[in-house]
Amino acid sequence: MATYSTNEFKLGLKLMLDGDPCSIIENEFVKPGKGQAFNRVKLRNLKTGRVLEKTYKSGESLEGADVVELEMQYLYNDGEMWYFMDQNTFEQYSADEKAVADAKQWIKGEEMCVVTLWNNAPLSVAPPNFVILQITDTDPGVRGDTAQGGSKPATLETGAVVKVPLFIENEELLKIDTRTGEYVSRAKE
Amino acid sequence: MVDSSKWRPNASINIIQKRAELYKQIRSFMQDRKIIEVDTPILGNHTVTDPYIQSLGVNSNDKHLYLHTSPEYCMKRLLAAGTGSIYQIAHVFRDDEQGKKHTMEFCMLEWYRINFDYHQLMDELIELMNFIGLDTPSKMTYAETFEQTLKIDPHIVNQEQLKKLASQYGWQTDSEDQHELLDFLFSAVVVKDKNLPQTLIIYDYPECMAALATLKKNNPVVSERFELFINGMEIANGFNELIDPKEQMQRFEFDLDVRKEKGMHIPPIDYNFLAALESGLPGSAGIAVGLDRLLMILTGKDDINEINTFTTFNN
Repeated sequence: MATYSTNEFKLGLKLMLDGDPCSIIENEFVKPGKGQAFNRVKLRNLKTGRVLEKTYKSGESLEGADVVELEMQYLYNDGEMWYFMDQNTFEQYSADEKAVADAKQWIKGEEMCVVTLWNNAPLSVAPPNFVILQITDTDPGVRGDTAQGGSKPATLETGAVVKVPLFIENEELLKIDTRTGEYVSRAKE
Repeated sequence: MVDSSKWRPNASINIIQKRAELYKQIRSFMQDRKIIEVDTPILGNHTVTDPYIQSLGVNSNDKHLYLHTSPEYCMKRLLAAGTGSIYQIAHVFRDDEQGKKHTMEFCMLEWYRINFDYHQLMDELIELMNFIGLDTPSKMTYAETFEQTLKIDPHIVNQEQLKKLASQYGWQTDSEDQHELLDFLFSAVVVKDKNLPQTLIIYDYPECMAALATLKKNNPVVSERFELFINGMEIANGFNELIDPKEQMQRFEFDLDVRKEKGMHIPPIDYNFLAALESGLPGSAGIAVGLDRLLMILTGKDDINEINTFTTFNN
């Protein structure tokens, strides 16, 4: 794998740090007028999601991480693994529960997801920003109450539970923002 | 295909006007004090030996020339020739410096005061700050800033303690170099500490960071140098000028040894500058102020690239 010098550092560059792949989320060049130059870098550990702050002497090199992000279609889950397909190559990838930890409650099949591959194996999966899912269980809707606040829990077909306004009925289709986990609106198929 | 918006300047018209106003204020301030404006060449045969400052080279036929990193050497030759106190507003160049607070080419105000010591020059810097509408800074020694933020004395701290502290704050390099470790803690922890005054002159730096400053006679681990920080950003650097040609030669040689060791470019020693010291440089204090950064403060911008009309890579 290639190595990268600090002067090649930029946002999104993937590097190896203590055996884990990390992505640069902030890079600041610091240099006292009469002193050593540094790069102060914030990195996200792509395995744990933790953000680390590190400082390198300018001119040093780090090993790159073989990480790529590809758009793939979610196919199915066999109870143990989640399967995705790269629609350009038709190659299939299986992701374990850890990789889909955030995504699994929003996907039921056929969604286009962004799969992050590390050494060609799925490391994490990001669901589409918006998904449309059907309610499988919620209290009956309260008519007329469209403007006032108040909400109730609703269980979706994927098992996720979201807060919805009181007027929503069971078996309705909802548009959900997966980044916040919040109800956006009613939806049509 | 040409991007049709790329011809536009980076700086807003407002900032371009603000710069003009600042230069006018500086010139009026200097004129009131009978400090005369000088103009020295940007291009020359010599450059600094400082291993932490990289010059840009220019090839001219068979000659290797340099763009100056500061007008210091030529201005001191003028002082030795008897000009009296002088100032200059000059563009200077430093390779490998690029970021939100750094550009390869930047604008510097540099002035020298005959028969001033560095404390008098700090006072004059404060007068200039007030003159352009900035608050009066607090003053702390380098040691006091370390004692307050990290509870250590930077002049006597041992290597192991320093390395341990640095790694706690995310330092990733296995370094034995005292100067590097102190620089890291100073820039990453000390000047970022919001509990310190946000407009602050820090003075009496360790001897290893003396550059061309004199050392304190009664305490030679300390150099007679100061810097101005505003919101954690270095704005100015000044010191009592070293006038002893022998000690200057030793510092040149020391710098070149460090450069050799690190496999860096070895610039020729500027013997004209040494000869000027030999003939007698009047006792003086000098200071350099980064004008682009000063404009960042005056206009509330946090990216130097919004201050410059154009940047190196889009002009």
